[in-house]
Amino acid sequence: MSDLTETDTLDTAAANPVEGIDQSSGNFSYDVKYAFDAGTGISERVVDYISAVKKEAPWLREFRMNALKTFLAKPLPTHWATRDLENIDFDRIRYYLSQGQKPKRTWDEVPADIKRTFERLGIPEQERKFLAGVEAQFDSEAAYSNIKEAVSKQGVIFVNSTEGLREHPEIFRKWFGKVIPTGDNKFSALNSAAFSGGSFIYVPPGVKVSHPLQAYFRINAENFGQFERTLIICDEGAEVTYMEGCTAPKFSTSTLHSAVVELVALRGAKIQYITVQNWASNVFNLVTKRGLAHEEAEIKWIDCNIGSRLTMKYPGVVLKGRKARGEVISIALANDGQHQDTGAKMIHAADETTSTIVAKSISVGQGRSTYRGVVHIPRHLKGCKNNTECDALLINTNSRTDTYPAITVRGDRHAVQHEASVSKVSAEQIFYLQQRGLTEGQAMSLSVNGFINDLARQFPMEYSVELKRLIDLEMEGSVG
Amino acid sequence: MSTASPKEISLTGSFGASVFADHLSAVAGEPAWWLERKRESHTAFAAAALPRRTDESWRFSSLGALTLDGFAIPGSSVGVDGTVLTAAAAFPVPTAARLSFVNGRPAGSHAIAPELAARGVVVIPLSKALETHGELLRQHFMAQPQRLGSAKFAALHTAFVADGAFIYVPRGVEIDQPILVSHWAFGAGAAVFPHTLVLAEENSRVTVIDRFGSADAEAHFALGANDLYAGHGSQVTYLGVQDWSRKTVSLQLNSTVVRRDARVRSLNLHLGGKLARHESLSQLQAPGAFSEMLALTIATEEQEFDQRTLQIHQAPNTRSDLLYKNALMDRTRTIFSGLIIVDPDAQKTDAYQSNRNLMLSDDAEANSLPGLEIQANDVRCTHGATSARIDPEQEFYLRARGIPPDKAEELLIFGFFEEVLARLDTPGVPDLLRGLVQSKFSARGR
Repeated sequence: MSDLTETDTLDTAAANPVEGIDQSSGNFSYDVKYAFDAGTGISERVVDYISAVKKEAPWLREFRMNALKTFLAKPLPTHWATRDLENIDFDRIRYYLSQGQKPKRTWDEVPADIKRTFERLGIPEQERKFLAGVEAQFDSEAAYSNIKEAVSKQGVIFVNSTEGLREHPEIFRKWFGKVIPTGDNKFSALNSAAFSGGSFIYVPPGVKVSHPLQAYFRINAENFGQFERTLIICDEGAEVTYMEGCTAPKFSTSTLHSAVVELVALRGAKIQYITVQNWASNVFNLVTKRGLAHEEAEIKWIDCNIGSRLTMKYPGVVLKGRKARGEVISIALANDGQHQDTGAKMIHAADETTSTIVAKSISVGQGRSTYRGVVHIPRHLKGCKNNTECDALLINTNSRTDTYPAITVRGDRHAVQHEASVSKVSAEQIFYLQQRGLTEGQAMSLSVNGFINDLARQFPMEYSVELKRLIDLEMEGSVG
Repeated sequence: MSTASPKEISLTGSFGASVFADHLSAVAGEPAWWLERKRESHTAFAAAALPRRTDESWRFSSLGALTLDGFAIPGSSVGVDGTVLTAAAAFPVPTAARLSFVNGRPAGSHAIAPELAARGVVVIPLSKALETHGELLRQHFMAQPQRLGSAKFAALHTAFVADGAFIYVPRGVEIDQPILVSHWAFGAGAAVFPHTLVLAEENSRVTVIDRFGSADAEAHFALGANDLYAGHGSQVTYLGVQDWSRKTVSLQLNSTVVRRDARVRSLNLHLGGKLARHESLSQLQAPGAFSEMLALTIATEEQEFDQRTLQIHQAPNTRSDLLYKNALMDRTRTIFSGLIIVDPDAQKTDAYQSNRNLMLSDDAEANSLPGLEIQANDVRCTHGATSARIDPEQEFYLRARGIPPDKAEELLIFGFFEEVLARLDTPGVPDLLRGLVQSKFSARGR
């Protein structure tokens, strides 16, 4: 059987003059027989089915049912968000597909048809090289999950959501759904009703996990909705870095990815969360991510969005304890037919909390990138600081960028600063590089990589190399 | 005064059908097109919904305090208050022409320098312009789109506006001294609809000062509009000084059209009102157009100032520069929501937008929403927003030189204002504004 996707009848966002975008390494899929399939559409029956195959506790089933009600009751947020959301057909989406609920601990046990996907994406190789633990999710469930023995001996727990809530409720139930309540928004409600997969991580007090933990999310099936749920709890003084990557093949129909990610950094803990999102350009990527930083804790989101049709994602930090720190580093690249609506949310809820947001976006062709941010410093706090910088780079004459920050400051003991700029790659710069023998395309790629270089350097080596390669690919043929 | 839930508030408040019928009969002698437009506007006003919490253009606004109830259109028999006109006359800046309105009706004499009249400059009440310049009015009166959330209120303004200033400067005429228009509100519950229309023809130059004030400390409802049309190569300077009573609910809608190589500089000084919303729309319609938008707000006690701006670059090679500064004391709130739109193909746009909030109280709240929507790539667009107290290092520097703390604070605060005031070059005007700022500032509750 050949790969499924080569005969796309393109969707509405189709006519794509930029060569290169469909050559993305994730654009392949295999015919997989699913043992568990909840059918299409979302209903109590589907939620029941998911809860039943996972053999969940009654409280969790109830949690899902309440979330479904909230999802159905909430309108789409089109009074501020793009009307493209109206093109999601919730009734055509398949909400649960898997070959089984228990992830394998070695790659040899992973079924061959799934294994070859991850091998093609290079996951086992990366794991050997530099990762402390890996989880590989294929559609609804993790196919593989393993953590290096040295790390698990330190007491670190790294499991999927089903296992986390079933095996370690005493740790995870306390914070589950507390950072992002079900009703936070329509899509967090949908996730709460249909969630499956994702990573539940607990790092005990004082443990500093020396290598990153990684999750890899793969969508293989058409008309699929992936709703992973991640909860990371970093106990007092502990540190962890978590990375996630995602890809999907490009189908002619739309795919929905709607995750909820909650981080809890207890006193003095540090969490760094890195995302490189490279979904295919038919994926609606509507993700809610928020961290809760206790006293002197630090949460840093590094968020890179290259793929998808529409991404709406505003990683946030609630700075709950004194001297907590929050940071968001955001890189977005929007090509033809793509809308990267990304940003950050910083809620200062204690004295002397500081937050930083640096967002850089690149719009190519008719691509549209949007920065949306909230910085909130309520009354009777002192010594809070926020610094926000947003820079947008527009490559072609009709590329588009928007910036919509909302900043609320109460009281006279804070310092808040927001700056944004929009520019293009200067003709002089391209000319200079061409004088030195680069082609126009190479010059453009180099300039764009230079624009995000100071942010890309904050990524682990492997990721920043990958990022550079992706940008080169996206920039191909974009000049002129 | 109603604090009921939005469902129970009527869509028209004090400005329903019968009140409008009375108004229409009072102005029955005016041209048919004008009356027709008023009728259409009242229908549109009555049909439109009140602002809702979920409306992006009203985000952060205290909608509960925005009420249409409890006001009345003042009768035409209102006696002109002598002290008010004395105060207007005391405006210590030499002027080329003056117009005054009390409760929306012309009051006092309308002096214009004879040599300007001879050169075709027109400074007359709107009611008179309906007779003499009907065609121009028809073309330019409230002719620009309402894009900042107040379409309902713009319709209400058109429905009830009785008079205002009509200023027309012919091609090539340059006026050195400012034209002063004073709008006064008087009496409890008075609803006033101040209007100023400035039409500057090709290569002309004019400065207009709109002054808004209350003759008493009562609650007024002030729904004003000032439209500026800057023809090719013209230079228009507009100064709005808003000092309504502290109980007044005020909405002021500005629209500015800037044509080829024209330059408009506007400065709005916000002092008065309980709840004061100001919307300002600048349309840069042809190459070489430049709009400079300045505002200074001194907020004390429980005042709320809500400022919404939109800079639209509709043609290549246009420039806009916005600087809105707020000083917040006591329990005040300010909202600045600004948007720069660069249309597709409006290349070589140079747009700037800056909102600076000086936080002088622990109970004050500043909201900033500085936005950009850019659809062309060869542009320079930047914006910035800051909210902070006085820089402690600067304060230390001054104190280290023997300046007492109070004086040091005052110096730094005035330095903050000066960045806006110093941009004005009309003789006498910056000093006048300094005086107004100083007196409000020193009267503040410590």
